[in-house]
Amino acid sequence: MNVDLIFQIAAIGILVSVLNQLLIRSGREEQAMLTTLAGLIVVLLIIIQEISNLFDTVKTMFRL
Amino acid sequence: MEILQIVGLGLVAAIMSIVIKGQRPEISMQISILTGIMIFTLMAVNFSTVLKLLEGIADKADLDLAYVTTILKIIGIAYISQFGAEICRDAGEGAIASKIEFAGKILIIVMAAPIVMALLNLLIEMIP
Repeated sequence: MNVDLIFQIAAIGILVSVLNQLLIRSGREEQAMLTTLAGLIVVLLIIIQEISNLFDTVKTMFRL
Repeated sequence: MEILQIVGLGLVAAIMSIVIKGQRPEISMQISILTGIMIFTLMAVNFSTVLKLLEGIADKADLDLAYVTTILKIIGIAYISQFGAEICRDAGEGAIASKIEFAGKILIIVMAAPIVMALLNLLIEMIP
């Protein structure tokens, strides 16, 4: 649970949007869509892991 | 001192989210989710000391522990449903947010029912 996770995700977001623009400009719309999906999936994996950590913390703390 | 870290973290994350909101709104939403989780875990240690303080007070007033754990559960449900509802409202999904809050309210009422019944029984006994 380190704080630079936010910056990693921001970097992924910027990278994906730049790649997306690059691919669209060079005429490959499908690859652009695929890179967007890939970036989204990577970020989702990280987020789901952190959400499960949050739920575990809340469960132990509030004895839910 | 910790409050400075948290405010700084929140501001930087907000800026990051705005930067990315133009191209990738879904990733900017996930940044706000992650920041919320991060700030909660940073505060988890202090929060558990507060809860222990509450339990200490309850023990001194020799309250029945069942009531205190119910109150803790209700606080937990309220916190999590508010967390989810705010995230959904930020993402523009007001309908989902209100559904989450509705579910949270119902669960809290279900949790509080035994306490209310105990109170009613107590009142009924007091009336001669």
